[in-house]
Amino acid sequence: MGILEIKNVSKSFGGLKALNDVNLSVQENTVHAIIGPNGAGKSTLLNCLVGKLIPDTGSVTFEGKSLLGRKPFEINQLGVSRVFQTPEIFGDLTVLENVMIPCFAKRDGVFRMHALETVLREAEIREKAESVLSDMGMADKLHMHSASLSRGDKRRLEMAMCLAQEPKLLLLDEPTAGMARADTNRTIDLLKDIQASRNITMVIIEHDMHVVFSLAERITVMAQGTPIVEDVPENIKGHPKVQEAYLGGAH
Amino acid sequence: MRGLERKDFILLAFVTAIALLAPIILNPFPADSPLAQFNAGYPDLMQRFAIYGIFAVGFNILFGLTGYLSFGHAAFLGIGSYAAVWMFKLLTMNVLPAVLLSVLLSGAFALIIGFISLRRSGIYFSILTLAFAQMSYALAYSVLTPITNGETGLQLSLNDPRVLDPVNTSGSLPFPSLFGIKMNAVAEIEALGRVYQFPAGYYFCAVIFLIAFYLSMRIFRSPFGLMLRAVKTNQTRMAYTGLNPRPYTLAAFVISGMYAGLAGGLLAAMDPLAGAERMQWTASGEVVLMTILGGVGTLLGPILGAGFIKYFENIFSKINDNVLHQWFSFLPDGMEDFVVTILHPFVGKGWHLTLGVLFMLVVIFLPGGLIEGFQRIGRLFRRRPKAGKDDPEHHPKPAPHVAE
Amino acid sequence: MDAILLQILNGLDKGSAYALIALGLTLIFGTLGVVNFAHGALFMIGAFCAVAMNRLLSLSFETIDPTRQDFLGNPLKVQTHYVEAWFGPEIGNAIVDWAVPVSLLLTVPIMVLVGFAMERGLIRFFYKRPHADQILVTFGLAIVIQEVIKYYFGANPIPTPAPSMFRGSFDFGVLIGFEPNAIIYPYWRLVYFCFAAVVIGAVFAFLQFTTFGMVVRAGMADRETVGLLGIDIDKRFTVMFGIAAAVAGVAGAMYAPINSPNYHMGMDFLVLSFVVVVVGGMGSLPGAVAAGFLLGVLEGIASMKEVIDLIPGINQVIIYLVAIVVLLTRPRGLMGRKGVMED
Repeated sequence: MGILEIKNVSKSFGGLKALNDVNLSVQENTVHAIIGPNGAGKSTLLNCLVGKLIPDTGSVTFEGKSLLGRKPFEINQLGVSRVFQTPEIFGDLTVLENVMIPCFAKRDGVFRMHALETVLREAEIREKAESVLSDMGMADKLHMHSASLSRGDKRRLEMAMCLAQEPKLLLLDEPTAGMARADTNRTIDLLKDIQASRNITMVIIEHDMHVVFSLAERITVMAQGTPIVEDVPENIKGHPKVQEAYLGGAH
Repeated sequence: MRGLERKDFILLAFVTAIALLAPIILNPFPADSPLAQFNAGYPDLMQRFAIYGIFAVGFNILFGLTGYLSFGHAAFLGIGSYAAVWMFKLLTMNVLPAVLLSVLLSGAFALIIGFISLRRSGIYFSILTLAFAQMSYALAYSVLTPITNGETGLQLSLNDPRVLDPVNTSGSLPFPSLFGIKMNAVAEIEALGRVYQFPAGYYFCAVIFLIAFYLSMRIFRSPFGLMLRAVKTNQTRMAYTGLNPRPYTLAAFVISGMYAGLAGGLLAAMDPLAGAERMQWTASGEVVLMTILGGVGTLLGPILGAGFIKYFENIFSKINDNVLHQWFSFLPDGMEDFVVTILHPFVGKGWHLTLGVLFMLVVIFLPGGLIEGFQRIGRLFRRRPKAGKDDPEHHPKPAPHVAE
Repeated sequence: MDAILLQILNGLDKGSAYALIALGLTLIFGTLGVVNFAHGALFMIGAFCAVAMNRLLSLSFETIDPTRQDFLGNPLKVQTHYVEAWFGPEIGNAIVDWAVPVSLLLTVPIMVLVGFAMERGLIRFFYKRPHADQILVTFGLAIVIQEVIKYYFGANPIPTPAPSMFRGSFDFGVLIGFEPNAIIYPYWRLVYFCFAAVVIGAVFAFLQFTTFGMVVRAGMADRETVGLLGIDIDKRFTVMFGIAAAVAGVAGAMYAPINSPNYHMGMDFLVLSFVVVVVGGMGSLPGAVAAGFLLGVLEGIASMKEVIDLIPGINQVIIYLVAIVVLLTRPRGLMGRKGVMED
């Protein structure tokens, strides 16, 4: 039994079958990559996990609890965090405030009317946010306006926001998209560190094979809305079905 | 003070000092000087500063923090006024229960209207609030006449029950009071060869205003306020951070509705009548103007905007051609007439034209409002360190620009 | 049945005005992506063009007629309209009488110029600013226009008559087989409805059948792609702004006999037209037109005595009520496109 179980999930948009009977099991404390050519349904699958889309059929369970019908913020409160392809941060706020918000969400839940407390007096929240940020190497940027950060820093900030919640499952949607090679390598190291030090299960959607093979412990290859192969990285490389999917030799 | 950082405490002390000393500060010119017409220190105007200050501060909690632009807040102002007058009619002339009911009732209405309107955002939200306010206005004018007294407006009458008050035998209408202190009472004190007036009604409003301002300050600095700013910035990220934006926005909407109701109740307490025109969308537009003009999302901005608009509305309407001719009499005759002709449409009844132009200029060139203007001027001085000593007393630190 | 029909007809002229304003609003929103709160003011400027034309044509000079005497026995002073002197009494009188339709000759160029000036002088600086800023600056502009009109034309409504042949009413019911006197309908309202139908048809035909219109429609659907094709879309959009202003202007000018122009009519119509646009679906031209007529007619039906007896006050709030219901059940309005103003 994995921490995340996806069973018989299908999703259609109009006549297009984006997901076709997907079954997937993610084991706790592993890095599981999902790869596949464009249009294979990777992003749709991810959106079904976080509550943005509701599958037509099938079930998604996380730690034995069904995720279907739950809103994104409820799923997040269960311990599932998501990093977006283009960083979603609070651009108007400072870097520190950005990370304090998930800390509050972790402590106070979906909504709390703490209107007569003072943010700056919340020492415990603040310390936690600062320590996560310094882990990410952003200690010197605490009071910067987050919209003015570089693209790489925005990504790291978003990662910090997710980690501040101490999630059990971290979903990463192309975390290295548009990065230069050096940056990509830094991100790989960072993710390795995180995995080693925090025992987080990760699901990564990625195009860059270099990233996938440096990080993943298990790989699922998807094509046309269905997982075609799932195996350890060594066995994926020369797999005929995978080559078929990528080179379009199917049928 | 509890829960305030040093700079906020200084700001609060500064606002308190101005509010309490207003009858002196706002009357700089002796009554017999030709400049006395620029004095703002008479009860009616000072009360409006405080009351519209509350209205704008409350509106800013919604618009400034969450970015939701309501075009219907005047509805709550009107509801507050009606509630207060009904308390005066039925229960007692004491202002406290009246104001309390104003706040509670407008809060209840805000809860309903907010719950529905907040299902949409952006311009759809603006239109929904506008629709609700216009509906309230139309109903107050027509069907609800038994409650609102239609076009005439709700007024006190001698036959009102007023169950808690002693029977009125004077034959004249009572006036709202606070435990025996009539709201239109004025204490006159002679000092420095001048007579200063300290109106009871104004001080009642000022104290409530200060409480309202202090609370808004606390909200701005609280985790709740941080969440509201998060709503404005990125609702997607908020939802994926395990926070439900809806109750936060609704709470902000209800709080700002209660502020508007409080302002409406105070308007009725200072002058016990309530009319439907208080709910018209132009009144909603006015509070938007105040907030933007002063500086949206800042603590001090809305107060500044409210004071600015109410003061110039008052002064400009007093200026007529004679006054203009007096001012420009130093110019040669032809020039004088020319200048007066140019300025004529902008003064007297043309105040709204001036306001419209001013508002456009602010939106175009100073999106941060007057506060941003002051900050820019302040920076200008700071850049030239030799030009005069930087006296912190004369350049009170502007409120931090939280909206950025 | 005839009562309902009468109210539907009564709703049509107001609905026509809503539809015309909403059409312009949607054109501006769809092409430029700007929320124009000054659009009601454009409608008002149009109405005051009719007033101005009426006054202009009534300009007269004074002559003394020695052959006639007034009641004091002095020679009679006769006021003669200039147009009468120029074109002869018959044609001259007819021109004065037809001031409102003739004013369209003035309204169209003025409104196009006003539109260009607004777009080039103000709106274009706001393309990249948030919608809230656009609303606020055009709201300020609307106040300014309103106050300028008030300054020059005064605060009172100015009655502006329709041509004499369209004054009064006729028995519309008889024409379609009802009892005599069942449906009495004013001529000018019918004229207005037909006029609105023609203008709306013209705008749609223009967008549908001309190359210019095709590019604009493509631009509405996907501005960036059209820009990439090397077409100067901005210039066309400026022209569209002028056209939208002209549509609002002629709608206002022709409406002058129905509702005497006053300085706050712009704001009154703006609030309702925005509701119309939102109900129709932000960015959908057919939606704007349909919703305009729909709400006008609903307002007419809600004004029936029977309906008011049933639900008191419904005539005052029906439009807003419909707007609230539509917005809550169909977030994109009746015919709205996906992804418009939904962030």
